Amino acid sequence: MDTLDSPLFTVPKLDNLAQSDIAIDVRDLDLYFGERKVLHQISMRIPQNKVTAIIGPSGCGKSTLIGCFNRLNDLNQDCHIKGRVSIGGKDIFHHKQNVPELRAKVGMVFQRPNPFPISIYENVVYGLRIKGISDRRLLDNAVESALHKAALWDEVKDKLFDSALLLSSGQQQRLVIARSLALEPEILLLDEPTSALDPISTLLIEELINDLRSQFTVVIVTHNLQQAARVSDYTAFLYQGELIEYSDTDTIFTMPEQQQTEAYITGRYG
Amino acid sequence: MQELSQSPHISGRFNQELESLKNAVLSMGGIVEEQLANTLKALRDSDKRLAEQVVITDARVNDMEVHIDQECMRIIARRNPIAGDLRLVLTIVKINTDVERIGDEVERIANMVLVKSLPSSEIIKAGMFNTGHLILDMIRATLDAFARMDVEAAKAIHQDDAKIDQEYKKLLIQVLSDMQQEAEILPGWLDVLWALRAMERIGDRCKNICEYLIYSVEGINVRHLENPFGELS
Repeated sequence: MDTLDSPLFTVPKLDNLAQSDIAIDVRDLDLYFGERKVLHQISMRIPQNKVTAIIGPSGCGKSTLIGCFNRLNDLNQDCHIKGRVSIGGKDIFHHKQNVPELRAKVGMVFQRPNPFPISIYENVVYGLRIKGISDRRLLDNAVESALHKAALWDEVKDKLFDSALLLSSGQQQRLVIARSLALEPEILLLDEPTSALDPISTLLIEELINDLRSQFTVVIVTHNLQQAARVSDYTAFLYQGELIEYSDTDTIFTMPEQQQTEAYITGRYG
Repeated sequence: MQELSQSPHISGRFNQELESLKNAVLSMGGIVEEQLANTLKALRDSDKRLAEQVVITDARVNDMEVHIDQECMRIIARRNPIAGDLRLVLTIVKINTDVERIGDEVERIANMVLVKSLPSSEIIKAGMFNTGHLILDMIRATLDAFARMDVEAAKAIHQDDAKIDQEYKKLLIQVLSDMQQEAEILPGWLDVLWALRAMERIGDRCKNICEYLIYSVEGINVRHLENPFGELS
Protein backbone atom coordinates (compact mmCIF):
# COMPACT_ATOMS: atom_id res chain seq x y z
CA MET A 1 0.00 0.00 0.00
CA ASP A 2 2.90 2.24 0.77
CA THR A 3 3.27 2.77 -2.93
CA LEU A 4 -0.46 3.07 -3.46
CA ASP A 5 -1.18 5.14 -0.37
CA SER A 6 -0.15 8.11 -2.43
CA PRO A 7 -1.18 6.86 -5.86
CA LEU A 8 1.01 8.08 -8.65
CA PHE A 9 -1.40 10.03 -10.74
CA THR A 10 -4.50 10.82 -8.76
CA VAL A 11 -5.71 14.40 -8.81
CA PRO A 12 -7.77 16.39 -6.31
CA LYS A 13 -11.54 16.38 -6.70
CA LEU A 14 -12.80 19.40 -8.61
CA ASP A 15 -14.66 20.77 -5.59
CA ASN A 16 -11.45 20.81 -3.59
CA LEU A 17 -9.61 23.08 -6.01
CA ALA A 18 -8.89 26.64 -4.94
CA GLN A 19 -9.75 29.49 -7.27
CA SER A 20 -6.02 30.03 -7.83
CA ASP A 21 -5.77 26.50 -9.31
CA ILE A 22 -8.24 27.38 -12.05
CA ALA A 23 -7.09 28.31 -15.54
CA ILE A 24 -10.45 28.75 -17.26
CA ASP A 25 -13.62 29.58 -15.38
CA VAL A 26 -16.79 29.10 -17.40
CA ARG A 27 -20.01 30.45 -15.86
CA ASP A 28 -23.52 29.99 -17.22
CA LEU A 29 -22.34 29.96 -20.80
CA ASP A 30 -25.03 29.92 -23.49
CA LEU A 31 -23.98 29.99 -27.12
CA TYR A 32 -26.23 30.56 -30.11
CA PHE A 33 -25.59 30.20 -33.81
CA GLY A 34 -28.34 32.51 -35.08
CA GLU A 35 -31.52 31.28 -33.39
CA ARG A 36 -30.13 27.86 -32.60
CA LYS A 37 -28.88 27.37 -29.05
CA VAL A 38 -25.79 25.19 -29.20
CA LEU A 39 -24.47 25.38 -25.63
CA HIS A 40 -26.80 25.43 -22.63
CA GLN A 41 -25.77 26.97 -19.33
CA ILE A 42 -22.29 25.48 -19.24
CA SER A 43 -20.48 26.08 -15.96
CA MET A 44 -17.12 24.45 -15.39
CA ARG A 45 -13.77 25.26 -13.83
CA ILE A 46 -10.84 23.96 -15.82
CA PRO A 47 -7.79 23.42 -13.60
CA GLN A 48 -4.35 24.80 -14.28
CA ASN A 49 -1.49 22.54 -15.35
CA LYS A 50 -3.80 19.62 -15.83
CA VAL A 51 -5.22 17.86 -18.86
CA THR A 52 -8.99 18.18 -19.20
CA ALA A 53 -10.76 16.08 -21.81
CA ILE A 54 -14.11 16.93 -23.32
CA ILE A 55 -15.99 13.93 -24.65
CA GLY A 56 -19.39 13.45 -26.19
CA PRO A 57 -21.06 12.36 -29.43
CA SER A 58 -20.58 14.29 -32.69
CA GLY A 59 -22.41 17.58 -32.74
CA CYS A 60 -22.70 17.83 -28.96
CA GLY A 61 -20.81 21.12 -28.88
CA LYS A 62 -17.32 19.99 -27.79
CA SER A 63 -15.40 21.95 -30.42
CA THR A 64 -17.75 24.92 -30.09
CA LEU A 65 -17.06 25.00 -26.37
CA ILE A 66 -13.27 25.08 -26.70
CA GLY A 67 -13.67 27.54 -29.58
CA CYS A 68 -15.02 29.94 -26.93
CA PHE A 69 -11.78 29.76 -24.97
CA ASN A 70 -9.78 31.60 -27.64
CA ARG A 71 -12.79 33.31 -29.22
CA LEU A 72 -12.47 31.32 -32.39
CA ASN A 73 -16.25 31.43 -32.64
CA ASP A 74 -15.97 35.19 -33.27
CA LEU A 75 -15.15 34.22 -36.85
CA ASN A 76 -18.75 33.08 -37.21
CA GLN A 77 -20.92 36.18 -37.64
CA ASP A 78 -24.02 34.36 -36.45
CA CYS A 79 -22.50 33.39 -33.14
CA HIS A 80 -23.50 35.16 -29.97
CA ILE A 81 -22.78 34.34 -26.41
CA LYS A 82 -24.29 34.86 -22.97
CA GLY A 83 -22.46 34.13 -19.75
CA ARG A 84 -18.85 34.47 -18.87
CA VAL A 85 -15.53 32.80 -19.59
CA SER A 86 -12.63 34.04 -17.46
CA ILE A 87 -9.01 33.32 -18.03
CA GLY A 88 -6.60 34.58 -15.38
CA GLY A 89 -9.56 36.22 -13.67
CA LYS A 90 -10.46 38.35 -16.70
CA ASP A 91 -13.61 38.04 -18.77
CA ILE A 92 -12.37 37.18 -22.27
CA PHE A 93 -15.56 38.48 -23.89
CA HIS A 94 -15.02 41.93 -22.44
CA HIS A 95 -15.00 44.54 -25.21
CA LYS A 96 -11.49 45.65 -24.21
CA GLN A 97 -10.06 42.14 -24.62
CA ASN A 98 -7.31 42.12 -27.24
CA VAL A 99 -8.22 39.02 -29.28
CA PRO A 100 -4.83 38.32 -30.96
CA GLU A 101 -3.24 38.56 -27.52
CA LEU A 102 -5.79 36.09 -26.18
CA ARG A 103 -5.06 33.70 -29.04
CA ALA A 104 -1.32 33.89 -28.35
CA LYS A 105 -2.06 32.99 -24.74
CA VAL A 106 -4.52 30.24 -25.68
CA GLY A 107 -2.99 28.16 -28.48
CA MET A 108 -4.99 25.74 -30.58
CA VAL A 109 -4.20 22.61 -32.59
CA PHE A 110 -6.72 21.04 -34.94
CA GLN A 111 -7.64 17.60 -36.11
CA ARG A 112 -5.60 17.58 -39.31
CA PRO A 113 -2.00 18.71 -39.15
CA ASN A 114 -1.88 22.03 -40.94
CA PRO A 115 1.76 23.04 -41.32
CA PHE A 116 2.41 25.94 -43.68
CA PRO A 117 4.17 24.98 -46.93
CA ILE A 118 7.43 26.47 -45.74
CA SER A 119 10.41 25.10 -43.85
CA ILE A 120 10.15 23.43 -40.45
CA TYR A 121 12.07 26.34 -38.95
CA GLU A 122 9.82 28.99 -40.48
CA ASN A 123 6.73 27.13 -39.34
CA VAL A 124 7.87 27.27 -35.73
CA VAL A 125 8.82 30.96 -35.81
CA TYR A 126 5.78 32.04 -37.84
CA GLY A 127 3.90 33.53 -34.89
CA LEU A 128 7.03 35.12 -33.49
CA ARG A 129 7.77 36.87 -36.78
CA ILE A 130 4.20 38.20 -36.83
CA LYS A 131 4.85 39.56 -33.34
CA GLY A 132 7.81 41.40 -34.90
CA ILE A 133 10.65 39.32 -33.47
CA SER A 134 13.52 39.06 -35.95
CA ASP A 135 16.60 38.56 -33.78
CA ARG A 136 18.12 35.40 -35.23
CA ARG A 137 19.42 34.14 -31.93
CA LEU A 138 16.06 34.54 -30.22
CA LEU A 139 14.34 32.73 -33.07
CA ASP A 140 16.92 29.92 -33.07
CA ASN A 141 16.44 29.42 -29.36
CA ALA A 142 12.66 29.47 -29.68
CA VAL A 143 12.81 26.83 -32.45
CA GLU A 144 15.00 24.51 -30.45
CA SER A 145 13.01 24.93 -27.26
CA ALA A 146 9.59 24.50 -28.91
CA LEU A 147 10.71 21.45 -30.89
CA HIS A 148 12.16 19.92 -27.74
CA LYS A 149 8.90 20.48 -25.88
CA ALA A 150 6.98 18.95 -28.76
CA ALA A 151 9.31 15.89 -28.69
CA LEU A 152 10.29 16.49 -32.29
CA TRP A 153 13.77 18.02 -32.01
CA ASP A 154 15.77 14.78 -32.33
CA GLU A 155 13.89 13.81 -35.46
CA VAL A 156 14.23 17.11 -37.33
CA LYS A 157 17.29 18.89 -35.96
CA ASP A 158 19.33 18.07 -39.08
CA LYS A 159 16.67 19.17 -41.54
CA LEU A 160 15.22 22.32 -40.06
CA PHE A 161 15.22 24.06 -43.43
CA ASP A 162 13.48 21.26 -45.32
CA SER A 163 9.85 21.75 -46.17
CA ALA A 164 7.48 20.86 -43.34
CA LEU A 165 5.36 19.00 -45.87
CA LEU A 166 8.03 16.29 -46.12
CA LEU A 167 7.35 15.20 -42.54
CA SER A 168 5.03 12.30 -41.71
CA SER A 169 1.57 13.32 -40.48
CA GLY A 170 2.49 12.41 -36.90
CA GLN A 171 5.56 14.62 -37.14
CA GLN A 172 3.53 17.38 -38.79
CA GLN A 173 1.08 17.31 -35.90
CA ARG A 174 3.92 17.63 -33.40
CA LEU A 175 5.32 20.48 -35.52
CA VAL A 176 1.98 22.26 -35.33
CA ILE A 177 2.05 21.79 -31.55
CA ALA A 178 5.61 23.22 -31.53
CA ARG A 179 4.34 26.18 -33.54
CA SER A 180 1.78 26.88 -30.82
CA LEU A 181 4.30 26.34 -28.04
CA ALA A 182 6.76 28.82 -29.59
CA LEU A 183 4.34 31.59 -28.64
CA GLU A 184 4.61 30.42 -25.04
CA PRO A 185 0.89 30.04 -24.47
CA GLU A 186 -0.59 29.37 -21.03
CA ILE A 187 -3.30 27.14 -22.37
CA LEU A 188 -3.24 24.68 -25.23
CA LEU A 189 -6.51 23.62 -26.86
CA LEU A 190 -6.32 20.38 -28.82
CA ASP A 191 -9.27 19.61 -31.05
CA GLU A 192 -9.09 15.91 -31.91
CA PRO A 193 -5.32 16.15 -32.32
CA THR A 194 -4.74 12.49 -33.16
CA SER A 195 -7.80 11.45 -35.12
CA ALA A 196 -5.87 11.57 -38.40
CA LEU A 197 -2.82 9.73 -37.03
CA ASP A 198 -1.65 6.12 -36.83
CA PRO A 199 -1.56 4.36 -33.42
CA ILE A 200 2.14 4.90 -32.74
CA SER A 201 2.03 8.62 -33.64
CA THR A 202 -1.07 8.83 -31.45
CA LEU A 203 0.78 7.35 -28.49
CA LEU A 204 3.69 9.74 -29.09
CA ILE A 205 1.33 12.73 -29.05
CA GLU A 206 -0.39 11.39 -25.93
CA GLU A 207 2.96 11.02 -24.23
CA LEU A 208 3.75 14.57 -25.30
CA ILE A 209 0.47 15.75 -23.73
CA ASN A 210 1.53 14.02 -20.51
CA ASP A 211 4.78 15.97 -20.52
CA LEU A 212 3.15 19.28 -21.45
CA ARG A 213 0.93 19.38 -18.38
CA SER A 214 3.86 20.45 -16.22
CA GLN A 215 4.05 23.76 -18.10
CA PHE A 216 0.67 24.28 -19.71
CA THR A 217 -3.00 23.78 -19.12
CA VAL A 218 -4.26 21.40 -21.78
CA VAL A 219 -7.86 21.01 -22.94
CA ILE A 220 -8.42 18.18 -25.39
CA VAL A 221 -11.53 17.37 -27.35
CA THR A 222 -11.60 13.75 -28.37
CA HIS A 223 -13.95 11.21 -29.89
CA ASN A 224 -11.69 8.50 -28.60
CA LEU A 225 -12.91 7.65 -25.12
CA GLN A 226 -9.89 5.53 -24.43
CA GLN A 227 -7.68 8.47 -25.27
CA ALA A 228 -9.54 10.63 -22.77
CA ALA A 229 -9.07 7.87 -20.19
CA ARG A 230 -5.36 7.60 -20.93
CA VAL A 231 -4.31 11.23 -21.09
CA SER A 232 -6.64 13.35 -19.04
CA ASP A 233 -6.83 14.26 -15.37
CA TYR A 234 -10.40 15.54 -15.61
CA THR A 235 -13.15 14.66 -18.07
CA ALA A 236 -16.29 16.51 -19.07
CA PHE A 237 -19.14 14.73 -20.83
CA LEU A 238 -21.20 16.93 -23.09
CA TYR A 239 -24.47 15.88 -24.65
CA GLN A 240 -26.62 18.04 -26.91
CA GLY A 241 -24.90 21.17 -25.69
CA GLU A 242 -25.34 20.37 -22.02
CA LEU A 243 -22.66 19.48 -19.56
CA ILE A 244 -23.92 16.19 -18.20
CA GLU A 245 -21.02 15.31 -15.94
CA TYR A 246 -17.64 16.78 -15.16
CA SER A 247 -15.30 15.10 -12.73
CA ASP A 248 -11.85 13.62 -12.30
CA THR A 249 -11.15 11.01 -14.98
CA ASP A 250 -10.87 8.14 -12.48
CA THR A 251 -14.42 8.77 -11.34
CA ILE A 252 -15.84 9.22 -14.84
CA PHE A 253 -14.31 5.97 -16.07
CA THR A 254 -14.87 3.80 -13.01
CA MET A 255 -17.95 5.16 -11.23
CA PRO A 256 -19.70 7.90 -13.20
CA GLU A 257 -22.53 9.51 -11.31
CA GLN A 258 -24.88 10.06 -14.21
CA GLN A 259 -26.56 7.21 -16.01
CA GLN A 260 -26.16 9.04 -19.31
CA THR A 261 -22.39 9.17 -18.85
CA GLU A 262 -22.26 5.48 -18.04
CA ALA A 263 -24.37 4.68 -21.09
CA TYR A 264 -22.12 6.73 -23.34
CA ILE A 265 -18.75 5.49 -22.13
CA THR A 266 -19.85 1.86 -22.08
CA GLY A 267 -21.23 2.08 -25.60
CA ARG A 268 -24.86 1.55 -24.59
CA TYR A 269 -25.84 4.79 -26.11
CA GLY A 270 -29.28 4.67 -27.76
CA MET B 1 7.42 -13.07 -24.50
CA GLN B 2 8.80 -12.37 -21.03
CA GLU B 3 11.29 -9.84 -22.38
CA LEU B 4 8.63 -8.12 -24.44
CA SER B 5 6.20 -7.83 -21.55
CA GLN B 6 8.87 -6.18 -19.43
CA SER B 7 10.17 -3.71 -21.97
CA PRO B 8 8.86 -0.16 -21.56
CA HIS B 9 5.72 1.20 -23.22
CA ILE B 10 5.68 4.45 -25.14
CA SER B 11 3.51 5.71 -22.29
CA GLY B 12 5.87 6.29 -19.38
CA ARG B 13 2.90 6.67 -17.03
CA PHE B 14 1.56 3.24 -17.88
CA ASN B 15 4.99 1.74 -17.11
CA GLN B 16 5.08 3.48 -13.78
CA GLU B 17 1.55 2.42 -12.94
CA LEU B 18 2.24 -1.26 -13.66
CA GLU B 19 5.53 -1.10 -11.79
CA SER B 20 3.94 0.55 -8.78
CA LEU B 21 1.09 -1.97 -8.80
CA LYS B 22 3.58 -4.84 -8.78
CA ASN B 23 5.54 -3.17 -5.98
CA ALA B 24 2.38 -2.71 -3.96
CA VAL B 25 1.66 -6.46 -4.16
CA LEU B 26 5.25 -7.20 -3.21
CA SER B 27 5.18 -4.91 -0.21
CA MET B 28 1.88 -6.44 0.89
CA GLY B 29 3.54 -9.86 0.51
CA GLY B 30 6.49 -8.57 2.53
CA ILE B 31 4.18 -7.64 5.40
CA VAL B 32 2.48 -11.04 5.31
CA GLU B 33 5.89 -12.71 5.34
CA GLU B 34 6.90 -10.66 8.38
CA GLN B 35 3.57 -11.49 10.02
CA LEU B 36 4.29 -15.20 9.68
CA ALA B 37 7.86 -14.79 10.99
CA ASN B 38 6.46 -12.95 14.02
CA THR B 39 3.80 -15.59 14.54
CA LEU B 40 6.44 -18.33 14.57
CA LYS B 41 8.49 -16.30 17.05
CA ALA B 42 5.41 -15.85 19.20
CA LEU B 43 4.76 -19.60 19.00
CA ARG B 44 8.34 -20.43 19.99
CA ASP B 45 8.48 -17.97 22.88
CA SER B 46 4.78 -18.20 23.82
CA ASP B 47 4.77 -14.44 23.33
CA LYS B 48 1.10 -13.47 23.40
CA ARG B 49 1.75 -9.79 22.95
CA LEU B 50 3.54 -10.44 19.66
CA ALA B 51 0.70 -12.73 18.55
CA GLU B 52 -1.78 -9.99 19.35
CA GLN B 53 0.24 -7.57 17.29
CA VAL B 54 0.01 -9.97 14.33
CA VAL B 55 -3.78 -10.08 14.66
CA ILE B 56 -3.95 -6.28 14.74
CA THR B 57 -1.61 -5.82 11.77
CA ASP B 58 -3.78 -8.04 9.58
CA ALA B 59 -6.15 -5.08 9.18
CA ARG B 60 -3.38 -3.31 7.30
CA VAL B 61 -3.09 -6.21 4.88
CA ASN B 62 -6.84 -6.05 4.33
CA ASP B 63 -6.65 -2.35 3.51
CA MET B 64 -3.87 -3.00 1.05
CA GLU B 65 -5.94 -5.65 -0.71
CA VAL B 66 -8.75 -3.14 -1.25
CA HIS B 67 -6.34 -0.47 -2.48
CA ILE B 68 -4.65 -2.81 -4.93
CA ASP B 69 -8.03 -3.98 -6.25
CA GLN B 70 -9.08 -0.39 -6.82
CA GLU B 71 -5.85 0.38 -8.58
CA CYS B 72 -6.28 -2.67 -10.86
CA MET B 73 -9.77 -1.49 -11.72
CA ARG B 74 -8.51 2.00 -12.42
CA ILE B 75 -5.77 0.70 -14.69
CA ILE B 76 -8.17 -1.55 -16.59
CA ALA B 77 -10.59 1.36 -17.06
CA ARG B 78 -8.03 3.94 -18.03
CA ARG B 79 -5.36 1.98 -19.87
CA ASN B 80 -7.32 -0.85 -21.45
CA PRO B 81 -4.39 -3.22 -21.02
CA ILE B 82 -4.16 -6.01 -23.58
CA ALA B 83 -2.09 -9.17 -24.13
CA GLY B 84 0.79 -9.45 -21.63
CA ASP B 85 -0.31 -6.30 -19.79
CA LEU B 86 -3.84 -7.63 -19.39
CA ARG B 87 -2.54 -10.99 -18.15
CA LEU B 88 -0.32 -9.16 -15.67
CA VAL B 89 -3.15 -7.02 -14.28
CA LEU B 90 -5.52 -10.01 -14.00
CA THR B 91 -2.73 -12.01 -12.38
CA ILE B 92 -2.24 -9.25 -9.85
CA VAL B 93 -5.97 -9.20 -9.07
CA LYS B 94 -5.78 -12.91 -8.29
CA ILE B 95 -2.44 -12.84 -6.48
CA ASN B 96 -3.77 -9.95 -4.40
CA THR B 97 -6.63 -12.13 -3.16
CA ASP B 98 -4.32 -15.04 -2.38
CA VAL B 99 -1.84 -12.88 -0.47
CA GLU B 100 -4.66 -11.40 1.59
CA ARG B 101 -5.94 -14.90 2.35
CA ILE B 102 -2.44 -15.97 3.38
CA GLY B 103 -2.61 -13.02 5.77
CA ASP B 104 -5.88 -14.41 7.19
CA GLU B 105 -4.35 -17.87 7.62
CA VAL B 106 -1.39 -16.34 9.46
CA GLU B 107 -3.83 -14.52 11.70
CA ARG B 108 -5.50 -17.85 12.44
CA ILE B 109 -2.15 -19.33 13.52
CA ALA B 110 -1.51 -16.25 15.69
CA ASN B 111 -4.95 -16.73 17.27
CA MET B 112 -3.91 -20.22 18.26
CA VAL B 113 -0.92 -18.79 20.16
CA LEU B 114 -3.38 -16.62 22.08
CA VAL B 115 -5.43 -19.61 23.27
CA LYS B 116 -5.21 -20.16 27.03
CA SER B 117 -5.08 -23.94 27.16
CA LEU B 118 -2.80 -25.11 24.40
CA PRO B 119 -1.68 -28.76 24.40
CA SER B 120 1.68 -29.24 26.05
CA SER B 121 3.06 -31.66 23.44
CA GLU B 122 6.54 -30.49 22.50
CA ILE B 123 6.55 -32.72 19.40
CA ILE B 124 3.53 -30.94 18.01
CA LYS B 125 4.98 -27.55 18.83
CA ALA B 126 8.30 -28.39 17.18
CA GLY B 127 6.48 -29.88 14.17
CA MET B 128 4.40 -26.75 13.75
CA PHE B 129 7.45 -24.60 14.11
CA ASN B 130 9.28 -26.56 11.39
CA THR B 131 6.33 -26.58 9.02
CA GLY B 132 5.90 -22.89 9.71
CA HIS B 133 9.43 -22.27 8.57
CA LEU B 134 8.91 -24.36 5.45
CA ILE B 135 5.94 -22.20 4.48
CA LEU B 136 7.80 -19.04 5.40
CA ASP B 137 10.51 -20.06 2.92
CA MET B 138 7.82 -20.88 0.41
CA ILE B 139 6.20 -17.45 0.72
CA ARG B 140 9.58 -15.76 0.36
CA ALA B 141 10.47 -17.81 -2.72
CA THR B 142 7.04 -17.16 -4.24
CA LEU B 143 7.34 -13.41 -3.84
CA ASP B 144 10.88 -13.51 -5.24
CA ALA B 145 9.67 -15.46 -8.25
CA PHE B 146 6.88 -12.93 -8.76
CA ALA B 147 9.27 -9.99 -8.46
CA ARG B 148 11.45 -11.49 -11.18
CA MET B 149 8.56 -13.10 -13.10
CA ASP B 150 10.66 -16.24 -12.90
CA VAL B 151 8.71 -19.16 -14.37
CA GLU B 152 11.31 -21.80 -13.57
CA ALA B 153 11.37 -20.81 -9.91
CA ALA B 154 7.55 -20.83 -9.90
CA LYS B 155 7.50 -24.40 -11.23
CA ALA B 156 9.96 -25.52 -8.54
CA ILE B 157 7.90 -23.89 -5.74
CA HIS B 158 4.73 -25.41 -7.19
CA GLN B 159 6.25 -28.86 -6.79
CA ASP B 160 7.50 -28.07 -3.28
CA ASP B 161 3.93 -27.84 -2.05
CA ALA B 162 3.87 -31.64 -1.90
CA LYS B 163 6.42 -31.46 0.95
CA ILE B 164 4.12 -29.20 2.96
CA ASP B 165 1.24 -31.58 2.38
CA GLN B 166 3.37 -34.48 3.66
CA GLU B 167 4.37 -32.60 6.79
CA TYR B 168 0.75 -31.68 7.36
CA LYS B 169 -0.35 -35.31 7.13
CA LYS B 170 2.42 -36.44 9.50
CA LEU B 171 1.48 -33.80 12.04
CA LEU B 172 -2.19 -34.68 11.75
CA ILE B 173 -1.45 -38.31 12.69
CA GLN B 174 0.66 -37.09 15.61
CA VAL B 175 -2.13 -34.82 16.78
CA LEU B 176 -4.66 -37.64 16.66
CA SER B 177 -2.51 -39.81 18.88
CA ASP B 178 -1.54 -37.03 21.33
CA MET B 179 -5.08 -35.76 21.61
CA GLN B 180 -6.17 -38.83 23.51
CA GLN B 181 -3.59 -38.14 26.20
CA GLU B 182 -4.78 -34.59 26.79
CA ALA B 183 -8.42 -35.00 25.94
CA GLU B 184 -9.54 -32.50 28.59
CA ILE B 185 -8.40 -29.55 26.47
CA LEU B 186 -10.28 -30.44 23.34
CA PRO B 187 -10.86 -26.79 22.31
CA GLY B 188 -7.10 -26.25 22.44
CA TRP B 189 -6.58 -29.20 20.14
CA LEU B 190 -9.14 -27.81 17.75
CA ASP B 191 -7.14 -24.61 17.58
CA VAL B 192 -4.03 -26.62 16.79
CA LEU B 193 -5.91 -28.39 14.00
CA TRP B 194 -7.09 -25.07 12.61
CA ALA B 195 -3.56 -23.70 12.68
CA LEU B 196 -2.18 -26.79 10.95
CA ARG B 197 -4.85 -26.55 8.34
CA ALA B 198 -3.96 -22.86 7.89
CA MET B 199 -0.34 -23.80 7.21
CA GLU B 200 -1.37 -26.34 4.64
CA ARG B 201 -3.64 -23.77 2.98
CA ILE B 202 -0.81 -21.24 2.79
CA GLY B 203 1.15 -23.81 0.78
CA ASP B 204 -1.82 -24.16 -1.57
CA ARG B 205 -2.10 -20.40 -1.95
CA CYS B 206 1.57 -20.08 -2.81
CA LYS B 207 1.02 -22.77 -5.38
CA ASN B 208 -1.89 -20.76 -6.83
CA ILE B 209 0.29 -17.66 -7.05
CA CYS B 210 2.90 -19.65 -8.97
CA GLU B 211 0.22 -20.87 -11.37
CA TYR B 212 -0.96 -17.29 -12.04
CA LEU B 213 2.61 -16.19 -12.53
CA ILE B 214 3.22 -18.89 -15.13
CA TYR B 215 0.01 -17.82 -16.86
CA SER B 216 1.05 -14.19 -16.82
CA VAL B 217 4.45 -14.84 -18.39
CA GLU B 218 3.75 -17.75 -20.70
CA GLY B 219 0.03 -17.45 -21.27
CA ILE B 220 -0.40 -21.12 -20.34
CA ASN B 221 -2.94 -22.25 -17.79
CA VAL B 222 -1.55 -24.95 -15.49
CA ARG B 223 -4.40 -24.84 -13.00
CA HIS B 224 -6.34 -28.02 -12.19
CA LEU B 225 -3.94 -30.25 -14.12
CA GLU B 226 -2.87 -33.57 -12.61
CA ASN B 227 0.73 -33.31 -13.73
CA PRO B 228 1.07 -29.78 -15.06
CA PHE B 229 4.73 -29.61 -15.82
CA GLY B 230 4.87 -33.14 -17.22
CA GLU B 231 2.19 -32.12 -19.71
CA LEU B 232 3.93 -28.86 -20.49
CA SER B 233 7.27 -30.40 -21.41
